This record gives sequence, structure tokens and C-alpha cells, in this order.
Amino acid sequence: MKQAIIPLALFLVLVGFLFSGLRLDPREVPSPLVGKAAPAFDLPVLHPPGKRFAPAEMKGRVWLLNVWASWCVTCRDEHPVLVALARQDVVPILGLNYKDQREEALAWLQRFGDPYRLSVADADGRIGIDYGVYGVPETYLIDAEGTIRYKRIGALTPEIVEQNILPLVKTLRR
Amino acid sequence: MRLAAAALLLAASLAAGAAAPQDEARIRALSEKLRCLVCQNQSLADSNAELATDLRRELRAQVAAGRSDEQILGFMVERYGDFVLYEPPFKASTAALWIGPFVLLAAALAVLVLVLRRRRAAPEPPVLAPEERARAARLLGEGREE
Repeated sequence: MKQAIIPLALFLVLVGFLFSGLRLDPREVPSPLVGKAAPAFDLPVLHPPGKRFAPAEMKGRVWLLNVWASWCVTCRDEHPVLVALARQDVVPILGLNYKDQREEALAWLQRFGDPYRLSVADADGRIGIDYGVYGVPETYLIDAEGTIRYKRIGALTPEIVEQNILPLVKTLRR
Repeated sequence: MRLAAAALLLAASLAAGAAAPQDEARIRALSEKLRCLVCQNQSLADSNAELATDLRRELRAQVAAGRSDEQILGFMVERYGDFVLYEPPFKASTAALWIGPFVLLAAALAVLVLVLRRRRAAPEPPVLAPEERARAARLLGEGREE
């Protein structure tokens, strides 16, 4: 009986580790970009044609950069959350249209609603690489100095908006 | 004439995206050191994910631009973190990863030594008491008579 205690204890420890491992998402890799300056770019916007946008134009404001694409299924799940957040009008949302076709992207926005102040077109995904994008959708919260304060890989949910993004926006505004 | 043909061949190979052989080997080696983040158990060299294709193109461009291996790996780590490397650097956050297996091995060896020592220290099988010896002899004797 006494001899069984040590293996049993070891077994329980192992079970504990495995159990907590079940809840971890291996796709959630901590981003090294949080706390660093948001990489600069200068890209054409989806609409109107001929206009361009660079993140420097948002200096002095707290804003969200949401990476999306019309081919991305999860983006469609996330979209109502963004539309609702845009309606609250607390933080401007800008889109990075990642590896998409312009016409398809515009049709998608027309169909599901456009929560973005504007969307820039990263047609070849080169800016996506600078932002360490690997699983669309991704969302970055960028502060007034242009520093990335928060990154979400995967769809935003109402809970994440309420518990993570809005409180952080409030503290960064101050 | 031969020179023109060589130039043509070179131009064709450049157009096809092939680099000099030693550069190709470098690109290959680098892409085997890097993890594809979309399908995490494949290297950049093995993965067919679209992001892997883009990153290989980026690798190729940087090698062509004459950047060193350290610079290129640094470029990837800056964007995707240490996780992108199959061999993460040794630092505080990865110490458990590097030292852990050796700690476990040492613990296992210590347990083994302890168990072996205890086994050796176990008492010798008890010597037979005189009456037991007599009984054994009697039993054995009986056996012989039959």
C-alpha cells in the first residue's frame, strides 16, 4: 500500500499537466511585437482608388488594426463583433485586407457591412509578414505613440472586446 | 558564342527564380531551421501553406540581397518570436526546455542508485537455527531412505 503512494502521486501530477495542456491553444504563440512600434507601411486603400494610407497618419490616436480577407471563413464569424464595436464609436478600426482581390474584398464589405474607417490592400502579404501575421483574422491595438499594445490571433469575441480591448483603450487614452 | 549561351542560361535560371548553388543550399538550410506557423509541425522547407511560400520567397530575396544567416533568422524572430526557430535560443524563458530533460535524467539515475543501494544493503538470508537444521536433515534423510 505504502509503495503505491509515490507512483500514484507522480501519475496524478502527470494527469494535472496533461489536463491543463488540453486547454492551451498551440496556435496562440506570444507575439514579440507587443510593446514594439507598429511596423510602418504605405499601401493603397481599397476605396477610393488612388488613395494611400500610412500608420503615421494615426499618430496621437488609439486605434485597432484588423487583418481580414474575403476568403477567410473565421473573419465572417468575427465580422458582427467588429460591426458592433464600430457602432459604439469608441475606437477607430482600420482594416488590413490581407492577400485578397480588390473586387472580392469590396463585395464582401458591401454584403456584410463595413466597420472600417478604411482598409488598406496588402495584396502580396508583404506587410503581413512585417506584422507577423500567420492566422487571419488578427487584431492589433496600437497606442497614440504608434506602439502595439495588444495582439489577438484569431477571431475577436464580444468577451474579448469587453474584457481586454475596451479597458485597455480606456487606460491608453489617459 | 559560348559566352552568349552561358549568359542566356544564367538569365533563364535567374528568371526561373533559381539562385547560385551555394545560395540554394543556404536557402534550403535556413528554411529547415524555421517552423511554418500555419502547420506547426512542419518546417518552412516542407510546408505547402501559402504563408510558407511567402516566407520562402522572403528568404530568397534576403539571401539575394546579401544578408547574413543571423540577420535573416533575426528578421523572422522579430516578427514571429522564438517559436519560429526549431532550435530556440537558451535564455531564461527557455531554460526549462533546455535543462528539463537533463534534470529528469539525473533524477531517474538518483532513484536507480538509491534502489540498487537499498537492495545491496538488504540482510543476508537468515541462517537456519539448529533445530531447523535438524528437521531439514531428518526430512532429507527420510527422502533418501525411500
